[in-house]
Amino acid sequence: MAAYTLTPARPSFWNNPEIRAIAFQIVALAATVAFGYYLFENTQTNLRRLGIASGFDFLSSSSGFGILQSLIPYSETSSYGRVFWVALLNTLLVSALGIVLATLLGFVIGIARLSKNWLIAKLALTYIETFRNIPLLLQIFFWYFAVLRAMPSPRQSLSVGEAVFLNIRGLYLPAPQLQPGFGWVLAALGLALVLVAILVRWAHRRQLGTGRQFPAISVSLALLLGLPLLAFWLTGSPLVWQVPELHGFNFQGGLAIIPEMASLLLALSIYTAAFIAEIVRAGIQAVSHGQTEASFSLGLNPSLTLRLIILPQALRVIIPPLTSQYLNLIKNSSLAAAIGYPDLVAAFAGTVLNQTGQAIECIAITMAVYLTISLLISLLMNGYNRRVALVER
Amino acid sequence: MNGRTLTATLVTTVLLATTSGAYAGTTLNAVKERGYVKCGVSDGLPGFSYADEKGKFSGIDVDLCHAVAAAVFGDSTKVKFTPLTAKERFTALQTGEIDVLSRNSTWTSSRDSALGLNFTGVTYYDGQGFLVNKKLGVKSAKELDGATVCVQAGTTTELNLSDYFRAHKMKYTPITYDKSDESAKALEAGRCDVLTSDQSQLYAQRIKLAKPGDYVVLPEVISKEPLGPVVRHGDDDWFDIVKWTLFVMVDAEELGIDSKNVEEMKKSTNPDIKRMLGVEGDKGKDFGLANDWMAVVVKQVGNYGEIFARNVGKGSPLQIERGLNALWTQGGLQYAPPVR
Repeated sequence: MAAYTLTPARPSFWNNPEIRAIAFQIVALAATVAFGYYLFENTQTNLRRLGIASGFDFLSSSSGFGILQSLIPYSETSSYGRVFWVALLNTLLVSALGIVLATLLGFVIGIARLSKNWLIAKLALTYIETFRNIPLLLQIFFWYFAVLRAMPSPRQSLSVGEAVFLNIRGLYLPAPQLQPGFGWVLAALGLALVLVAILVRWAHRRQLGTGRQFPAISVSLALLLGLPLLAFWLTGSPLVWQVPELHGFNFQGGLAIIPEMASLLLALSIYTAAFIAEIVRAGIQAVSHGQTEASFSLGLNPSLTLRLIILPQALRVIIPPLTSQYLNLIKNSSLAAAIGYPDLVAAFAGTVLNQTGQAIECIAITMAVYLTISLLISLLMNGYNRRVALVER
Repeated sequence: MNGRTLTATLVTTVLLATTSGAYAGTTLNAVKERGYVKCGVSDGLPGFSYADEKGKFSGIDVDLCHAVAAAVFGDSTKVKFTPLTAKERFTALQTGEIDVLSRNSTWTSSRDSALGLNFTGVTYYDGQGFLVNKKLGVKSAKELDGATVCVQAGTTTELNLSDYFRAHKMKYTPITYDKSDESAKALEAGRCDVLTSDQSQLYAQRIKLAKPGDYVVLPEVISKEPLGPVVRHGDDDWFDIVKWTLFVMVDAEELGIDSKNVEEMKKSTNPDIKRMLGVEGDKGKDFGLANDWMAVVVKQVGNYGEIFARNVGKGSPLQIERGLNALWTQGGLQYAPPVR
């Protein structure tokens, strides 16, 4: 009996699903590239026809305007490129401070929300529901126009010990002026940090090995404070405080926190903290109650239970949504433009754009910067998330 | 998202999306087809562009828009106003969101060249000044070393301010807001010591303050600010129409034609007047408009002297003197080429 061997019929070239899939992808890619090229060309043509300057040459020409707050040396003769860095640093400053404050406040309120104390829990609930449900822009306006605008004029400043002054122009603090010997103090602090790291690892290993505990926290604190203080005393106090002084129209010297920055920072951290608090609460509640009971039955007290059992497990749930909140905070900081804080959007995508008229370049740079910052934060947080994530065995 | 970012994004999108050749030479046709002129004005500056409680705009910049509508349609009401902040104005014009920008904008070289715009003339010769609270006891701008200064963002004012302080070796702290109203409120609250802007704007802002009498405009004028209407590069026909709308109003004042006597003037024997009012020759037709459009502009909107008096001069709360804005025959700078 003749055996039939069934060789699968080779599909024709254009019917081969694999080849088809690749062909479609090539077509899609080509179409996207062509569309992008069309947009680019079209823009170029339009700009040329309208006689609008294009290109990035403007970044090196001098700006000619002043900026309210600058972390790096800046004057009117600096370039537009310099304005970009000044504005970027202002954005990063308010974002970084905002993230730290919002995280601290958010964790405290989130944990307070679960407190057994009725009053604390309800206060936390009120805080969350109030600040989460009022638009951020209104909150910024509230702090800027309602609270900080009500401060007295510079000549009637509120002062604490003639060193700290608060008025409508901002909060003026004494600024530390480092003298030559201060390097030793920093060196001592560095040494203390290294010692603390070694100490903590040793104490941890000893506890694992012998079960005996070592008061690592108090000893670490003593080291961190004691060594620099000792160096400070030995080198003859190499630090003087520059006290702000009313001179002419304004206070000169010292450290000034302008109301634009203060209201933006307050609004951003208070608003974002409300969301973080809810994330923290959800994270803690996601850890099953059995874990707490098991911990209690092992004899751990409530605070140790929270620190060693609940929070490490809750963090796995908390980190991904927390990242989104950080990204939101950074992007929300662009509302600075509404109250005249010179951030990236106000000073660069606003003033520079208007003085040079190069809208496409300025907006493109600004969008690229926000994208880069956000992607970097995502990357960092994802890395951290991988470290604390549940490792399945 | 605030207005500025939105506009800038729109600009980018529009520039990306419009096909080439959309505007060249066709603004007049587009305006005629649409049935009204789209005019960009200030978001609130008494005397120049200010909306009353019913949303009706008035002011010298607004009247220029009315005059352009009268020229094109023979009806000064066929105009729609778009209030713009200083930062939004040029991009709005570049992208074709408006046909003409009449928003107390200073004529400078870079705006003519790099921004791709054409200033059509000068509606108001202005100069930058300082407004301070009398309490400070400041008599001259040279005493302002170390002051905090409120200024509108993205203006020539911002640049002049820095030049002036640099030239006099003085220091200052700039506070920049998008809207002039915000700057005025900041001055009132004491956030800044000084408000700087074009002098005409300072007078206009001052009457909006709670106690106008407490504030004084310092004597120094630190810059030349010729303010005028702006159109896009690349449409010379439209450029001509907007340019001559203003010239006609200035010429009309010089020839003694105003909104009340324009009909009688048509019977005048003066050939200059006859040509302008379309009684003799076809000067109007050369613009692609009705032959008597110049007469219509004067009749419906008025001559330059009338709109000045009505909006910023003796007939208005601002009470600004003609000064530089008087006709050249009366010692001022307002001078228009002849209709011929």
